[in-house]
Amino acid sequence: MFYREAGDFKTSYVDDSQTFPIRFDRYRYYAVLMVAFAVIPFFVDSYWANAILVPFLIYAIAAIGLNILTGYCGQVSLGTGGFMAVGAYSCYKLMTAFPDVSIILHVIAAGFITAAVGVLFGLPSLRIKGFYLAVATLAAQFFLVWLFNKVPWFYNYSASGQISAPERTVFGIAVTGPNTEAWAKYLVCLLFVMVLAWVARNLTRGTIGRSWMAIRDMDIAAEIIGVNPLKAKLTAFAVSSFYIGIAGALFFAVYLGAVEVGEAFGIQKSFLILFMVIIGGLGSIFGSFAGAAFLVLLPVLLKNVLVGTLGWPTDLAAHIELMIVGALIIVFLIAEPHGLAQLWRIGKEKLRLWPFPH
Amino acid sequence: MNIASVEPYVTEDGRTIGGVLMELKHITLRFGGVVAIKDISFDIREGEIRAIIGPNGAGKSSMLNVISGFYTPSEGEVWFEGRKRPQMRPYQVAQQGIARTFQNIALFSGMSTLDNIMTGRITRMKSGLFSQAMWWGKAQREESEHRAAVEKIIDFLEIQHIRKTPVGRLPYGLQKRVELGRALAAEPRLLLLDEPMAGMNVEEKEDMSRFILDVNDEFGTTIVLIEHDMGVVMDLSDRVVVMDYGKKIGDGPPDEVRANPEVIAAYLGVSHD
Repeated sequence: MFYREAGDFKTSYVDDSQTFPIRFDRYRYYAVLMVAFAVIPFFVDSYWANAILVPFLIYAIAAIGLNILTGYCGQVSLGTGGFMAVGAYSCYKLMTAFPDVSIILHVIAAGFITAAVGVLFGLPSLRIKGFYLAVATLAAQFFLVWLFNKVPWFYNYSASGQISAPERTVFGIAVTGPNTEAWAKYLVCLLFVMVLAWVARNLTRGTIGRSWMAIRDMDIAAEIIGVNPLKAKLTAFAVSSFYIGIAGALFFAVYLGAVEVGEAFGIQKSFLILFMVIIGGLGSIFGSFAGAAFLVLLPVLLKNVLVGTLGWPTDLAAHIELMIVGALIIVFLIAEPHGLAQLWRIGKEKLRLWPFPH
Repeated sequence: MNIASVEPYVTEDGRTIGGVLMELKHITLRFGGVVAIKDISFDIREGEIRAIIGPNGAGKSSMLNVISGFYTPSEGEVWFEGRKRPQMRPYQVAQQGIARTFQNIALFSGMSTLDNIMTGRITRMKSGLFSQAMWWGKAQREESEHRAAVEKIIDFLEIQHIRKTPVGRLPYGLQKRVELGRALAAEPRLLLLDEPMAGMNVEEKEDMSRFILDVNDEFGTTIVLIEHDMGVVMDLSDRVVVMDYGKKIGDGPPDEVRANPEVIAAYLGVSHD
């Protein structure tokens, strides 16, 4: 009833191409932002931040990044974990080399470094497609993890081979290191998510987004009508890696604090983020958030139900949990192959007609 | 009418046909041992509707692919606007002002009608990555300007009602129309149409014929057309090239081509007695 377009006339093309053309959506979006920025930070405790909110936000960035490459430009990548490692290690090297520069700048710089590495590993995409490209990016995954393990310069010759984030502050408040408050971690990640999601939306609705989607849907026709495939594919790799690099940097510096590359950025991470993108919905920014939320929340929820409510032993619950998550993913993909974003879209279509469906 | 002369002339229906826009000189195209096009030369004049006809497998689509830069001819030269065209990637050919549609619809099925046609203007969009990322200044201004131009095409093709529908959901006839719109969006000097009426009913063919004539008349676009429906070809085109087995067997105004014994033989067969 309130969710409708009728009576909300657009008088310019700028109005017509805005992100939330329906007024109710727009207000809902502002309300979500208000709650996220002005309410949650006052109530968030360490459990909520570390178990749910911070990983959700960081995975959302990574999922948006992979969605730009796979969902919008159609280039399958299994190198996400490796690119996150590039972000993490460049952030670490920058933090230790320039301790006086703001951590925010380091994270952004780590994104740019990852973008450059991503373009390098994206070069094969000009020649190969589909599964073969996936294998090529898999090579990037294993090579990068091997590199960060093998070359001691990357972890500053530390005895353990780990990297750990020194304490850094923003406006006098610690955001990395062991003394970080839960709300500070949360706010830093939220800020990055908000800006990056907005930029992703802008890129995907404009010229560059259309050239990505054209390459995805029909690359030969795209080239014949004037899309430069080299430029489209490499910008997709660059932007995607930029996002994934920032996610990796935040994952290391803000979320975990100390990282061993094989454990934190192994092939499982690549698959996890790919699942998020597929479950959330390929080619949708909202889908990236939905997929990240689904795969972060589901294990936590199952654990609470199985161990907390049903009182099962923890080790049994851990195994059952894996099986249930796997089964749910399969069921879900059969029921709705276009992901959560499609369910959301169908729901909105229905809501527009409610309560008079005819 | 004298075909050999390149002087501009005015057709019976009052359109002006100018000088030579594109000239194909001794084009040969080989795939390994298969010769798809054998030493074909013809020209396309500014403002005319030029048809390429011939039986299946005659090499018509290959010829179009040579013009649009998708194939590089094994021998021969393509001259466009009085200059020899160097070897180019297809998107560079598009930037020169050559647009096309495809025999099997090649729309971007995941995108809306509007986005498909907007993509057709990609060669005219200049704003940088950072401006687009901020959706501010040049990027936004450019988006609105091009949207205005695209809306004109949408009005012209009478597809306002499907503006925001994903093209994958549209019926065949409308998809063909959207594809024409995408090609028109580039405001091309030379428009290549590969069987624009394949699989259409009479009514849809009439609509499409009207759009083709209007494009030629209103925008002055030069059109090269492959079509199997002889009635349509003879009615629409100013000059016709006839191909058979990769060779050119006829070239001239529709009436002349229709009377050409070789063309009749290719289409109807010839008795060997």
